[in-house]
Amino acid sequence: MASEGGHGPQTTSDYISHHLQNLQVCKDASGEWVWNHCAGNPLTINVDSMFWSVLLGLLFVTLFRRVANKSSADKPSRFQAFVEIIVEFVDSSVKDTFHGKSRLIAPLAMTIFVWVFLMNLMDLVPVDWIPMAAGAAGVPYMKVVPTTDVNVTFGMSIAVFFLIIYYTISNKGVLGFIGELTLHPIAPPLKGPGIIAAPFIIAFNFILESVALLAKPVSLSLRLFGNMFAGELIFILIALIGWYQLPLHFGWAVFHILIVTLQAFIFMMLTIVYLSLASESH
Amino acid sequence: MDINATLIGQTIAMIVFVWFCMKYIWPPLLSAIEERQEKIAEGLAAAEQGELRLEEAKAQAGEIVDHARKQATGILDQAHARANEIVAEGKADGVKERERQLSAAKAEIEQEANRAREELRGQVSAIAIASAEKILRREIDDKQHEDILGKLAQEL
Repeated sequence: MASEGGHGPQTTSDYISHHLQNLQVCKDASGEWVWNHCAGNPLTINVDSMFWSVLLGLLFVTLFRRVANKSSADKPSRFQAFVEIIVEFVDSSVKDTFHGKSRLIAPLAMTIFVWVFLMNLMDLVPVDWIPMAAGAAGVPYMKVVPTTDVNVTFGMSIAVFFLIIYYTISNKGVLGFIGELTLHPIAPPLKGPGIIAAPFIIAFNFILESVALLAKPVSLSLRLFGNMFAGELIFILIALIGWYQLPLHFGWAVFHILIVTLQAFIFMMLTIVYLSLASESH
Repeated sequence: MDINATLIGQTIAMIVFVWFCMKYIWPPLLSAIEERQEKIAEGLAAAEQGELRLEEAKAQAGEIVDHARKQATGILDQAHARANEIVAEGKADGVKERERQLSAAKAEIEQEANRAREELRGQVSAIAIASAEKILRREIDDKQHEDILGKLAQEL
């Protein structure tokens, strides 16, 4: 299989690294737009990740928008019934966990769930199909699973992170936010001789709580990224075997259906949990 | 595996999709679901009510049928009684008629008998007179009895 890759990768390690390389575009030092010579450039865009994630996002948005447009209470079409199952599933998950009132959380959760699910689902497309087609069309690299790109998962978890901060501040105020960062888990003494220790305790709390806060988006994105990247890598390794890959590939794909759904669900659920923690007072 | 500007692009894409979903996808879908839930609840309530009404109607129908049955039996009884009455009346009429005719016949018979008797009586008297005449003719002497006859003629 490895040697069939058209122009390029010959050895096993070449084949793997070729599959793990994003199609990148950036401005180089001379101000020219260049393709795929972007190592270390922070303004690089991973074109394939963006293309597939936006494409799948648009797929989600158009499909669901069409259903929403035609939705009727009397006689739902089959696809509407299917969409409504997802909507009700997300809605009940949100209602179970998030007790405040928010117009944002449920649509946010559904967008995350369906979008991440669709992006993860690209993992089930045999690893060579799209890159080889792209190669035949003259595009040297094509990584089709956006969630195996750490930028994509981080991009989403950063949006969630800002929402966490926004919800904390809007529900508890700026002082409440600062208090949450500094007055837990050890309450600093505010009276008596112990007050000398208060700044140290506050500093200690602040370090601890900032790490805990920052760990939320990091763990959220790295969990998804790690799972999908590992799954993709195993698909690539299986693809290296040759014709005997088929049963193995099938088995791993079946197992991966679970991971694809589970990771999308976990990302959605943790987002809901974080936001409900942010908007609940202790 | 570098962190690069894709991150910002993905964040923007996510914000746009979430906003679109919040604005144009979630509300109509949820309202359709809620509307349907309401309709189902209404439908179930209506079905329950319908069942109740059916039960009521069934009871009512049973009552009506019972009533009709009773009425029918009453009418039947009445008819039987009336028939018996008519038969009895007919019998009584027949008896009366028979007696009337009987008495009429009896009266006629008596009349006829009386008439015949009168007739017979007349005839008998005529015969008696005739035979008396004959006897008298033989015995009467005009001369002897001329005074009587003359007296009679004078009286006439």
